[in-house]
Order: sequence, then C-alpha cells, then structure tokens
Amino acid sequence: MENLNGYLIISAILFSIGTVGVLVRKNAIVIFMCIEMMLNAVNLTFVALSRHLGNLDGQVFVFFIMTVAAAEAAVGLALMIAFYNNKESIDVDDMNLMKW
Amino acid sequence: MLDNVWLIPLFPLIGFLINGFFGKKIKNEAVIGGIGTLAIFASFLVSCGILLQMIGLPPEQRVFEKVLFPWIHSGAFKADMAFLVDPLSCVMIMVVTGVGSLIHLYSIGYMHGEEGFYRFFAYLNLFCMSMLLLVLGNNMLVMFIGWEGVGLCSYLLIGYYFHKKSAGDAAKKAFVMNRVGDFGFLIGLFTLYWWLGSNHNIWTINFTEIKAASNLLPYGGVVTVATLCFFVGATGKSAQIPLFTWLPDAMEGPTPVSALIHAATMVTAGVYMIARMSFVFIKAPETMMIVACVGAATAIFAATIGTAQNDIKRVLAYSTVSQLGFMFLAMGVGAFTAGIFHLMTHAFFKACLFLGSGSVIHAMHYALHKGHLHDDAQDMRNMGGLKKAMPITFLTFFVSTIAIAGIPGFSGFFSKDEILWQAFANPFHGGLNIILWGIGAVAACFTAFYMFRLVFMTFFGECRINAKVKDHLHESPLVITIPLMVLGFLAVVGGYIGMPKLLGMLPNYFEHWLEPVFALANEYGAKYAHSGGHHNPALEWGLMGLSVVIALVGISIAFTMYVKNTELPGKFTATFPALHRAVYNKWYVDELYDYLFVNPCKAFGQFLWKGFDVIVIDGAVNGVAGVVMAFSGVFRYIQSGLIHNYAWSMAFGVVVMLGYYVFK
Repeated sequence: MENLNGYLIISAILFSIGTVGVLVRKNAIVIFMCIEMMLNAVNLTFVALSRHLGNLDGQVFVFFIMTVAAAEAAVGLALMIAFYNNKESIDVDDMNLMKW
Repeated sequence: MLDNVWLIPLFPLIGFLINGFFGKKIKNEAVIGGIGTLAIFASFLVSCGILLQMIGLPPEQRVFEKVLFPWIHSGAFKADMAFLVDPLSCVMIMVVTGVGSLIHLYSIGYMHGEEGFYRFFAYLNLFCMSMLLLVLGNNMLVMFIGWEGVGLCSYLLIGYYFHKKSAGDAAKKAFVMNRVGDFGFLIGLFTLYWWLGSNHNIWTINFTEIKAASNLLPYGGVVTVATLCFFVGATGKSAQIPLFTWLPDAMEGPTPVSALIHAATMVTAGVYMIARMSFVFIKAPETMMIVACVGAATAIFAATIGTAQNDIKRVLAYSTVSQLGFMFLAMGVGAFTAGIFHLMTHAFFKACLFLGSGSVIHAMHYALHKGHLHDDAQDMRNMGGLKKAMPITFLTFFVSTIAIAGIPGFSGFFSKDEILWQAFANPFHGGLNIILWGIGAVAACFTAFYMFRLVFMTFFGECRINAKVKDHLHESPLVITIPLMVLGFLAVVGGYIGMPKLLGMLPNYFEHWLEPVFALANEYGAKYAHSGGHHNPALEWGLMGLSVVIALVGISIAFTMYVKNTELPGKFTATFPALHRAVYNKWYVDELYDYLFVNPCKAFGQFLWKGFDVIVIDGAVNGVAGVVMAFSGVFRYIQSGLIHNYAWSMAFGVVVMLGYYVFK
C-alpha cells in the first residue's frame, strides 16, 4: 500500500477543513455538517490503516462511528428544529442563554 | 403472688399510656381520674399480696428475685430487667402505692376543672411507675431508669402550669440540680463496677451479687470515693445541702404533686438508695461521717428558714428538707432501720400536711375567687381562724402536726426519737455523736416551732381573710377529705409498728422486719465501731424525756408568739431586722448560688455564643463560603454562553495536549 500517505493526507485535510468550519461558521447546520466531515475524516483513516495493517478491527470501528453519527444527526437536527421554533434563527451566537 | 411482682410497675404504666394517649379524647374527668387512681390502687393490692406472702415466709427466705427479661448482655456486663423483693423494697412499695393511691384519689377533687386534667394523671401514673422501678430494681441500672424517670416526672409536674414563668423556671432548676446529682450517681456506679471487676473479676451491678461480694471491698479508699459519688446523687434527689434549693421552688407544682413527689416518695429515693447499699456505705467511715454531718446540717438549716416563711407550702417544703436531713443523719450514724422508719412515718404525716394545705388553698382560692379578690391564696397572713370553716382539714392537719413535732404517742415521735437516740448512742463517730445529737435536738425544737406557727397562723385566731368573702370558706368535698382522714389516721398509728424496745409495750416489728436487710451492714460496722457505745436504759429514758421537753418548748414559743401575744413576732422582727431578713430570704443561698454558679455559667454561655459561636464557628463556615464566592466571581466570566468560545478553547486544549505528546 504505497499510497497510504495519500489517504492519510486527504483525511488530515478533511479533518482540518471540518475543524476550521466548526470554529468559524455561525450557521448551526453548517457546523453540524463540519462535525460530520471530521467524523468521516477519521473513518477514512480507520479504513486506510485497517487495510494497511490487514486488521479488520478498524473497519468495525467505522461502523460504530457511522451508527453514532446517525443517532447524533437525528438528535442534533431535532434540537435545531426546536431551537428554530423558538428563536426563528439557527445562528449559534443566538444560543447564548447558558451563561453567567 | 411474688412471681407477679412485675405487675406492680405495669399497672401505672398502662394507666399512663391510656391517659397519655387517649385522655384528651376521653375528656370525662371521672373516667380519667378513675383510670389513674385504679391503676395505682391495683398496684397497691398486688403490693399487699406480696407483703402478706413475705410475712408468711421465714425471715431468712424473704429475698426474691424475678427476672422479667434479659436486657443488656455484653461480654461480662449483664443487666436484666429484674425485680428484687425484700423487706426493704416491700416497705417502699407499700408507701409508694398506698400513699400514691390516696393522693391520686385526692387529685380527682383537687384538680377538678383544671386545663390538662388528663395530662396531670398521665404524669402522675408515669411517676408512680418510675418510682416503683426505682425501689424494685434488682440492679443499679434498673434503679437508674427509675431514678431518671422520677426526675423527669418531677420536672413535668413542677412545670404543670407551664404558662407561668416561675413554674417553668422552677422546673428547670429542679431538673438541672437533679442532673448534677445523677452525674454523681453514675460515677459512683462506674467506680464500684470497675473496682470489683478489675480487682476480683466480679463484673456486676446486681445488688444481691454486690452484697455477696461486699466482703472483698476494703474499708475506706475506693469505697469512700464510690460512696461519696453515690451520696452526691442522693443529695440531688433528696434535696440535701448543697443541692437543696430546688425543692422549695418545686412548690410551683400543684399541691398533690408536692405531697406525692416532693414529700412522700421521690425525695426519699436518696435515703432508700443509701439503705439499699448500706453494706457498701458502712465500709466507708468517712462517707458515713459526711452523710451524718450533711444530714444534721440540712436538718437545722432548713428548719431555721422554715420559721420565717409566710407561704404555707414553702414552710412545708423547708420542713420536708429538714426531715430528710433527719433521715440522712440516721443513715450516717448507721441507724438504717430508724431512717427508713422515719421515711415511712414522714410519708404519712407530710403527705397529710401537704394535702391539708392543698385543701386550705382550695378553700381560700374559691372564696377569694368568689369575691373577685387577688390576694395570695397561699399566704398564711391572709388565713387564720379556719378551724371552724374546715373542721376535718383542721383535725387531720393538727394530728399530723403533732406527729411531726414529736409528741409521744404519735408516729413522728417514735421515728424521730429513735434517730436522735441512735445519733447519740451509735458508736461510729466518737465525739461527733453528741454534737450530731445536739444539732438534731435543736432542729427538732425548730420543727415543733415552725409547724405550730403554721397551724396557729392558719387555723387559730382571727380570720384575716377579707371580711367580704368569709362566708364562702367551706370544707372540701369528700374526695379530698377521705385521703386526709386515712393519712391522718396513719400519722397517729403508723408509729406503733416500730415502737422502741424501751417502752416495751409492743415488740419493734419494724426493726425485726428489716433486720435481715441490714444485718450485713451492722456486722461490717461492728468491726470498726468505737467500743462501748451508750446502751444505758436510764440515759435513753432521759434523752427521750428531753426530746419531749424540747418539742413542748418549741410549741409553747409558737403559742406565745402567734396566739397569746401576737405583737411579739413584729417586735422580734424590729429588734433583729438583719437576722429576720436573712432568714426570710433563705440565708441568701439562692443568691450565693447565682453568684457562684449561675452567673458564671451564663457569662460563659454568653462568651460561647458571642465569642465562640459567632466568631469561630460562624466565621469558619461563612469564611469557606466567602472564599468560594470570591474565586467563582472571577472564574464565572469564562462561562460566556458563546459556543465558539467553547469550541476554540476545546480545540486549543487538544492542540496543546497533542503538542505535549508529540514534542515530549
């Protein structure tokens, strides 16, 4: 697997884009998608290393992560709808009630 | 019958539970009073049965122990809920249940219409149960339950009129002073238990077992320490110097309470306790001497105060303290039988006197109430000439007064004279004996004086009550006078069961009855008694005659001052104003105690409150809270509520941690 480095680089780029998106974007749905991107970057690393090491454990992990991501998506979107019903906005800067 | 001894405390307990829990709903005074009286009367009947059965047994078999159930068994320590029936406890249960029944009956009339009628009877039953446990317990711990129980009931009943501040204060005073004594009792108990256990491996608090092991106890030494502690307990309960000031204040309670608890039964618990442990006390000659001296001192001290009081119940209260002093004098000179005998006769005549005074107060109160007057119904200066209005009360009161004054033929004469004779003749304290006798004799003279002063001021002479209400004075109802008559009768004849041998008309049944209880103590005592002792019949006759003369002197002084020449007391007061003021103010003992103990305690309490509690305790608690507040006041700004802030700090943290591991 001489192109393992390629997979890892793509994964790192995806993860970084996701991180920056989480840190700088204000739209909650975009932030949410960025988190998904980070998760999938990790998945890609898992799969690539699994193949490289000839060990299937990494691929099993990926299924778990996808399951969790699905559940997270369901809960997260429900939260956002509920928030939008209240505030008519999904800007994270408006989610500021939990403070001193 | 002996096997059913546990029924004796059980009946009053049932009465207490019924009246205590359902009395408020029952409401009917006749039912409540009936339950209370029947409960103690049932105990009286059982006691009679036990007494008769005991009389039927030969003297050496008159000890019976009944274990009701095992109570505390822990290693070598063993305490059972168990009862001891012997001649001594027989005397006590007869006095407690007999006099108790009469006083319960009396209370139905006396407490009529009072708020909390059921409460009164519940407490009274609870008291009887505790007192019976005290006298029947076969080990010190059961005795101690009773000891504490009677203290509690005393507190509850003194504070019966709890809406009056003086009653609440008096109750607290009694309770606290008793606690001081109880502390001594406990220390004494521990000392004796520890010494016998660690030196002879006899771990016991059982009276019979201690008695069996008492030959192992040394004379003096640790026994002196233990018995002195026990004696401190006795002074608290039995109102001896220095812990006597609560008893006169206890007169704030209803009069039947004064008669039952603060004259006839509870205050004699200390005397009973010493008698119960006579075989330990006699082994400590120093303690015996202290007991005798304290008894004699209390007898004379309280008697002097009694001469100047105007409140009818207070005179009787000081009289009780003084008579208890006589009992302790008897204990201290080794005259245990005489002391218990005086305890019994005193229970009769003093209960009668208190109930009689209650009858007088009842009548006075009614008359003053009718005339809408606010004069003091207990002040003897408002009384006088009640003889005609209340013939039965007067007669029973007069008989009991003669008994307490020590006129031959009445019960008090036999018991008091026996004590004085033994104080003189018992060979324990050498030269001190004659002093003890002298003090006792003078106290007896004072007794005759203040008691006849009371009778003359109350029943003789001019009627000093407001003329408007004179016609409202009347004799009390039968439910009150019947107990008076029974007790008056006992005050006359009660002494004949313990007639001195010298008079020779009747054998001294009482002494024979108690002989097995005190035989061991007398045996121990004989080992160190000064040889000889005065057993001279002529001398005994002489002293007996002298004590009669002394009593007559006291009576004639009272007669001169309060009947013949009524200006004399005023003149006397004017001549010796300082003396009168001191006696009237009870020799300022209360003030002295306030100065020595109460005020320092209060000041210490103030210090603990304002100094320690506010500054140290509150300071520590508030300080911790303040520090937390100060820190959180700074750190709370981190919680901005902005999601990006949290996300940035998380990312930053991850980078830092990763950096640490990568570049480590």
